[in-house]
Amino acid sequence: MTLATAGPSAWSQPFFHHALLAGTFIALAAGLVGYFLVLRAQVFTGDALSHVAFTGAMAALAGGYDLRLGLFAGCVGAGLLLAGVGRRGRADDVVTGSAFAWILGLGSFFLTLYTSSRSGVTGGGAGTTVLFGSIFGLNGGQTLVAVLIGAGICVAVLLIARPLLFATLDEAVAAARGVPVRVLGLGFLALVGACAGEATQAVGSLLLLGLLAAPAGAAVRLADRPFLGLGLSAGLAVLEMWTGLAISALVPTLPPSFAIMAAATAVYVATFLFARLRAVGPAVVTME
Amino acid sequence: MTGGREMTGARETARPVLCLCGAAVRVGGRTLWSGVDLEVGAGEFVAVLGPNGVGKSTLVKVVLGMQPVAAGEVSVLGGRPGESGSRVGYLPQRRSFDPSLRIRGTDIVRLGLDGDRWGIPRPWGARRARERERVEEVIELVGATACAHRPIGRCSGGEQQRLLIAQALVRRPEILLLDEPLDSLDLPNQSAVAALVGRICHQQGVAVVMVAHDVNPILHHLDRVVYLAEGRAVCGPPSEVVTSATLSRLYRTPVEVLRTGDGRPVVVGHPETPAVQGGPHAIAG
Repeated sequence: MTLATAGPSAWSQPFFHHALLAGTFIALAAGLVGYFLVLRAQVFTGDALSHVAFTGAMAALAGGYDLRLGLFAGCVGAGLLLAGVGRRGRADDVVTGSAFAWILGLGSFFLTLYTSSRSGVTGGGAGTTVLFGSIFGLNGGQTLVAVLIGAGICVAVLLIARPLLFATLDEAVAAARGVPVRVLGLGFLALVGACAGEATQAVGSLLLLGLLAAPAGAAVRLADRPFLGLGLSAGLAVLEMWTGLAISALVPTLPPSFAIMAAATAVYVATFLFARLRAVGPAVVTME
Repeated sequence: MTGGREMTGARETARPVLCLCGAAVRVGGRTLWSGVDLEVGAGEFVAVLGPNGVGKSTLVKVVLGMQPVAAGEVSVLGGRPGESGSRVGYLPQRRSFDPSLRIRGTDIVRLGLDGDRWGIPRPWGARRARERERVEEVIELVGATACAHRPIGRCSGGEQQRLLIAQALVRRPEILLLDEPLDSLDLPNQSAVAALVGRICHQQGVAVVMVAHDVNPILHHLDRVVYLAEGRAVCGPPSEVVTSATLSRLYRTPVEVLRTGDGRPVVVGHPETPAVQGGPHAIAG
């Protein structure tokens, strides 16, 4: 973690530019995927994937591979597995719930395996990095990979957006119309997996659920047009990412993961106030 | 059955839009029904009646091409089932929308128009304007203009059902398949939606096949009735099928059809026969 170097001069440092660039695409992907995750009531699946993200990364480290390899392989694999086990490509709560506690235990096993085979200090560091994220620690190459994967996820989500929305809101009619409902469900969970791996780099596996759910939850509450909501979700995620990074750069004691999550939570809470104001609105109009 | 063709004469001079001939369906090793003959002409309103679990929804799935027949032949708009695309509109057994769902009714209707296209819709262009016009037109046709811009979760059951019928109609289908559209509606809404479907059927020339539990709200709009029971079917005008004699023969137990003050028949003693109900509950009626 490079928190010690963050300070008022952080704006001009390459690590901050890397974080801003990678963070923007990570947030875009998380916002788009998260919107459908919320609409499909599969947020819990995102939670399970956060555990898999940790375990996958630890397994890759224990096996001597790049941490991100395990991260993405684990998340996408688990996404497909959940889709396959869950009925009709929709992972149900019991399947998801029973799988993820076991997977987290497996992660701690790999972490122990890794730390006992190397020096304890770096091992613990790697664990913390995956759990809580280290967006200020990305180098140029890692940033490029994060940007490319983030952009890829965005393009894929936009391509399947309309039939996926149809399948989400009206599965039986969509299936009768020839929409490949089951394949879409599978493909979407694979995207959720890729997005979980992607977001883990920014906010860590413990907090990635917030990045997937909070902007999307706010967008679902604010927008009643589906594609406006989709765009709003991505926009909010990016704004929250930028706000979090800026706060973290200005106040070095606040880690970026916390600042990003704080911004995301603040916006989500604000939507409740907005909804209340809107509920009051029409009443005032009818009084006139 | 075969006699039904002469009964409704004039309308069926053209080729029937839907034709089942000696059709049989097996689900999970059990024959649901067999030897079903049915012809539906353009602009005809046909009800599929019968007790739970008898395979009424399965009949709709057969027409959609989602369930193969074990015997006999099925022809939909002159082709094989499932190959007519947007020429067949479908309203599945309902599921009401979550009250917290904030998507507008008009967006749900639009998905019926372009929901199977990839990518995201472009908010500009002549095609977009044409589509918007069509969505507005069909929403007006079902009388849901007032609620179309509210979140669908906040609409009443009757309003939701009207919007879903609009969704099924938006691509101008020639056949409309409705699976228990009156279920879970209160009495005034039942007769209003029944009247709406009857109007669409006879004015727009759309053939309607409606699965129903209760024949009473739709009876005076109907051209034909298919009554499924105990693996068999009887088809004909309501005045012939909905009689004590026919129904008693189908159920193999006494069923009485009474007349109300204004002459409408009411089916009484509707028997939930154990032989029919014994099958798996997963097979919806």
